[in-house]
Amino acid sequence: MTTEALPRRPLIVRLILPLALFAALMALLGVGLTLNPREVPSPLIGKPAPGFELPLLQKPDATLSPQQMLGKVWILNVWASWCAACRDEHPLLMELAKARTVALYGLNYKDGREDAIRWLGRYGDPYAASAYDVKGRVGIDYGVYGVPETYVIDKRGVIRYKHIGAVTPEVLERSILPLLATLERDA
Amino acid sequence: MRKLFLLALCCALSWSAQGGEAQPAAADPQLEKRVLEVSQELRCLVCQNQTIADSSAPLAVDLRGQVREKLEQGMTRDQIIDYMVERYGEFVRYRPAMTAKTVLLWFGPALALFIAVVMLVRRLRVRHRAAAPALLTDEERARAAQWLARNDETR
Repeated sequence: MTTEALPRRPLIVRLILPLALFAALMALLGVGLTLNPREVPSPLIGKPAPGFELPLLQKPDATLSPQQMLGKVWILNVWASWCAACRDEHPLLMELAKARTVALYGLNYKDGREDAIRWLGRYGDPYAASAYDVKGRVGIDYGVYGVPETYVIDKRGVIRYKHIGAVTPEVLERSILPLLATLERDA
Repeated sequence: MRKLFLLALCCALSWSAQGGEAQPAAADPQLEKRVLEVSQELRCLVCQNQTIADSSAPLAVDLRGQVREKLEQGMTRDQIIDYMVERYGEFVRYRPAMTAKTVLLWFGPALALFIAVVMLVRRLRVRHRAAAPALLTDEERARAAQWLARNDETR
């Protein structure tokens, strides 16, 4: 019998190429697995902190506004008494406040005034003051979608860093404290 | 007797517990329709695979309220979407924008399917050609006849 042999493609096409494509796909998917879809990158980094004027939680006659903060580096921490994860980061915030490293302000988000004040009384108040955002509108301006969220704002009122979720010691050591040091050195 | 009385009392009281229909949020059905249209273009960041139209997360409720407010103020659909993107980033668009970066996302699967089909078709054609039966040469025919004859003899 003289059957024509099936034309065989060279080894590189049959074996190496599919294997290479597979490896590339695995690499891509592997990287994807390490990413956290809950951490939506904020478009506000590098932009001026959205303006607001809110009454203070404990002194409703006084107001807090980012305008008042110009000239100093400060942290805005979004919290609420109904938020379980806020309790996780709370000890760290207390330490930060005690160390007087930076001005720490709270944004009390969609909370009851009484509940919030009671929460602070119970666990401690690390904030110089907390703004009372009962409707959550300021939260929307800041792109808040899951408390707790923490913003680092520089002397010119520009948001330089946002952390989503409870602040951990690693985040504090690796990202926030070094950034604060850099920003303090700015004019 | 007492049990019967209690039972009758319970039945009588339950009559007042009637479920009512949920009241529409606004008296304006046209506005609500537009709120729904715009909301279906925005992703709920809490339940990330739903739009804010579908999601019942508190954030979705808030954002729908914002959409309604902005529509009442006269903003267009695109303006409202841009407003949200400014605050939440591109991810808030339920359907990713068509940019140079997302072209692969949009057309990738179709492209992969197309390439796979082309490769399959070519492979099948080659196989089909190669599998066409080759005719026996005269010599091979003679040999085959011999073998068959010998086979018949030894039966």
